[in-house]
Amino acid sequence: MRLNRSGYLIREGFRSIGTHGFMSFATVTIIMACLIIMGSVTLLSLNIDKVIKDLENQNEVVAFVDESYTEESARALQGAIEGLDNISTVEFVSRTQAFDTFMQSYSTDLAEGLDDQVLRDRYVIHLTDIARMAETKTALEGIEGVAKVKAHLDYARTFITVRNVVSVVSLALIVMLMFVSIFIMSNTIKLATFGRREEIAIMKMVGASNAFIRLPFVVEGLVLGILGGGLGFLAEWGIYEVLTKKLVGSVAGIFTVVPFAQIALPMLIAYMAISVLIGAFGGVNAIKNYLEV
Amino acid sequence: MVEMNNVSVVYESSGTEALDNVSLSIKEGEFVFLVGPSGSGKTTLMKLITGEIRAKSGKIVVNDFDMRHIKRRKLPKMRRTLGVIFQDFRLIENMNVYDNVAFAMRVVGARRKEIKQRVPYVLDLVGLEGREKRMPNELSGGEQQRVAIARALVNNPRMIVADEPTGNLDPVRSLELMLLFEKINEMGTTILVVTHEKELVNALAKRVVAIDNGHVISDGEGGYFDYEIE
Repeated sequence: MRLNRSGYLIREGFRSIGTHGFMSFATVTIIMACLIIMGSVTLLSLNIDKVIKDLENQNEVVAFVDESYTEESARALQGAIEGLDNISTVEFVSRTQAFDTFMQSYSTDLAEGLDDQVLRDRYVIHLTDIARMAETKTALEGIEGVAKVKAHLDYARTFITVRNVVSVVSLALIVMLMFVSIFIMSNTIKLATFGRREEIAIMKMVGASNAFIRLPFVVEGLVLGILGGGLGFLAEWGIYEVLTKKLVGSVAGIFTVVPFAQIALPMLIAYMAISVLIGAFGGVNAIKNYLEV
Repeated sequence: MVEMNNVSVVYESSGTEALDNVSLSIKEGEFVFLVGPSGSGKTTLMKLITGEIRAKSGKIVVNDFDMRHIKRRKLPKMRRTLGVIFQDFRLIENMNVYDNVAFAMRVVGARRKEIKQRVPYVLDLVGLEGREKRMPNELSGGEQQRVAIARALVNNPRMIVADEPTGNLDPVRSLELMLLFEKINEMGTTILVVTHEKELVNALAKRVVAIDNGHVISDGEGGYFDYEIE
């Protein structure tokens, strides 16, 4: 295909967007709407996952040091604990600190007359993966000087179950929505080209090759796809920012949300890839039947 | 130009035999009217020539292309040797007169300079000079059909195939159009016109091929149209 002819066909694609203004608008709107719905479910599931992870992180393991150990020798155990697999953070809490915390949490009457050395030195430990809590507990118990390990294995199991269920449900929803979106977007493009079957028939009759007929539709589909994807991405960003600001305001200090900037690039890539593919292949697929004359 | 030998067409969906052993020859530079009642097979014959359908049996050659065995990707090349005109004009509504005609040249990859020279010449030939910027809905039926003729002519085809071109026109415009076809034919282009218009056929006194029930029932020079159309 000669260069001047390709230029003409690309211009034709752009011109056609303006000529069929309403259908172009409908196509872009549908692509936008589908991507926003799909994106919102993805963002929701990402945030649920983050909340669960935050809660998991609050589920700490406490390793009590043998009473016979001095504070100095108790502190010396930190290296051995940190050297274990699946350890995220380790914080040493001395007997005195533990007693102060106890006093703040409970009635001071209860502790009246108690020695501030009555509690044991301990380590507050956060794990990387709470699914491996049981094996980490055993490993901690194996360190000489660790007298007892307190780990809420039942909580951990609950979190893991919730997280797995959320992941499976989210994935199923996203895949389902993706198929529904692809179906709706393809049909919108099909509808847009249905009104132009006469035009295609005329092109065929004056001797246009299939490639000549197809290229403007591909250009048109690509441009509409990029527009729909780009606008959908910006709209999603705006909606997310507004909603999360309100949410953060109401649950401040309890949960944090995934910042949009953190997921903006993969989301933009996904939006553009889906909309461009749908646009271009949708355009080609939509006119396929009209070309068989 | 067009050579048909024992051509048969059966529509598989309905089992209808639209053409049965039709043989017909149209030579370079001829002007031929194809007449016959509705459902006689005229449109099927036209579609065979334009490559919209394929024959079940027999041999059909159009402008040196074997239409029974032509590959789909070769069809555009074959169609560029034809100029096709329809009863309903089939102009692209959102293109002006100039672009409707220029479009047919762009399709075949003509250069901008060639298009700028050729389109005004053809529009002048069909009597549409000064109407280049008009949109199809701003033109009369006769003018729209002239645009369609200009579009069919612009690539200098070997043959013009017109399916009921005067079906939507009044008698005066119809005669004007036929005279325009005659003028084009005198310039060397072969013309095949499918029509119902008895007066027009007789007025031009050309070769008339009558078809009924899928068979050629008469074929003669001199424009005598004695076949009664329903």
